[in-house]
Amino acid sequence: MIEQLMPSFLRPLAAGPMEQFEIVRIIPLDFNGAVDISFTNASLWMVIVVLSATLFFALATRRLALIPGGTQSMGEVAYEFIAKMVRDTMGDEGRQFFPFVFTLFTFVFLSNFLGLLPSIPGTPAAVHSFTVTSHIIVTFTLAIISVGLVVVYGLIKHGFGFLKLFAPSGVPLWLLPLITPIEIVSFLSRPVSLAVRLFANMLAGHVVLKVFAGFVGSLLAAGGVLSILSVVPLIGIVGVFLLEFLVAFLQAFVFAILTCIYLQDALHPSH
Amino acid sequence: MDAEAAKYIGAGLAVLPLFGVGLGLGIMFGNFLSGAFRNPSATAGLTGNFFIAFALTEATGLFALVIAFLILFS
Repeated sequence: MIEQLMPSFLRPLAAGPMEQFEIVRIIPLDFNGAVDISFTNASLWMVIVVLSATLFFALATRRLALIPGGTQSMGEVAYEFIAKMVRDTMGDEGRQFFPFVFTLFTFVFLSNFLGLLPSIPGTPAAVHSFTVTSHIIVTFTLAIISVGLVVVYGLIKHGFGFLKLFAPSGVPLWLLPLITPIEIVSFLSRPVSLAVRLFANMLAGHVVLKVFAGFVGSLLAAGGVLSILSVVPLIGIVGVFLLEFLVAFLQAFVFAILTCIYLQDALHPSH
Repeated sequence: MDAEAAKYIGAGLAVLPLFGVGLGLGIMFGNFLSGAFRNPSATAGLTGNFFIAFALTEATGLFALVIAFLILFS
């Protein structure tokens, strides 16, 4: 059989496209099923993301020079990018939210980006590369933090005036009974759409990559002319992978800018 | 009809919104490019908004995909 002759990483993968999202306990900490705080591969990759972000910005700001070197300019580009976004959407008042938006962007971007790393073939599932943001509970938590901040800050700053958010200024009085429920529903759907957008993008991208990889494997195993044809999905993977780099950045950007737009509502509820 | 078969048909039907997403993306890319070609100096200002619109439109298709996955795997 040709399958046995191939090196292990070329053999058709037995695992389906969804197995890469499996959560594996690395250090089990399960208290009789009541509380489960096991250290899983998801936790491991969150730690990796936070550590690499810390390491990068520590290196970037270690020896500050007037004429920045390579790492420092990369750090400055990231800082300037988010600072400009915050300034453009919220103005000078938004500066207090900059650390939050920057942290959010860095975390989402690095989890998307590091999740694209290939796994080492033949290793146990616990050390496979893992995209934290492909799990809806992670993205939903992030979205709830953003929208929760909007609600808490808006209520503290404006008190009941924050409710003006649901009654936009300039709307005639007789339209308000119609507009207000729509505004309330659109406000309530914000965390859901924020979370599902990021989660679905990551999930779909990784599933497509795995499905294409499956095509290469099964075409190679088919032998003859079909093995030569396996180059076609291989080129496809390269294309999809490039698109995934764009999506990894774009979704982090969209998540951050939508947070900025929502925070702008907390700053000025009556549009 | 078998329940399993109905599940697969349902999952197939759930990704029909991709039709609209394809149309939307085509219109968006076309208009962005025609805008960019008519006034190349304005391209830089358009790109940011364009990518936000791209991500928002693409997300609609992915919502459909999530529903399809929910039907298939739950």
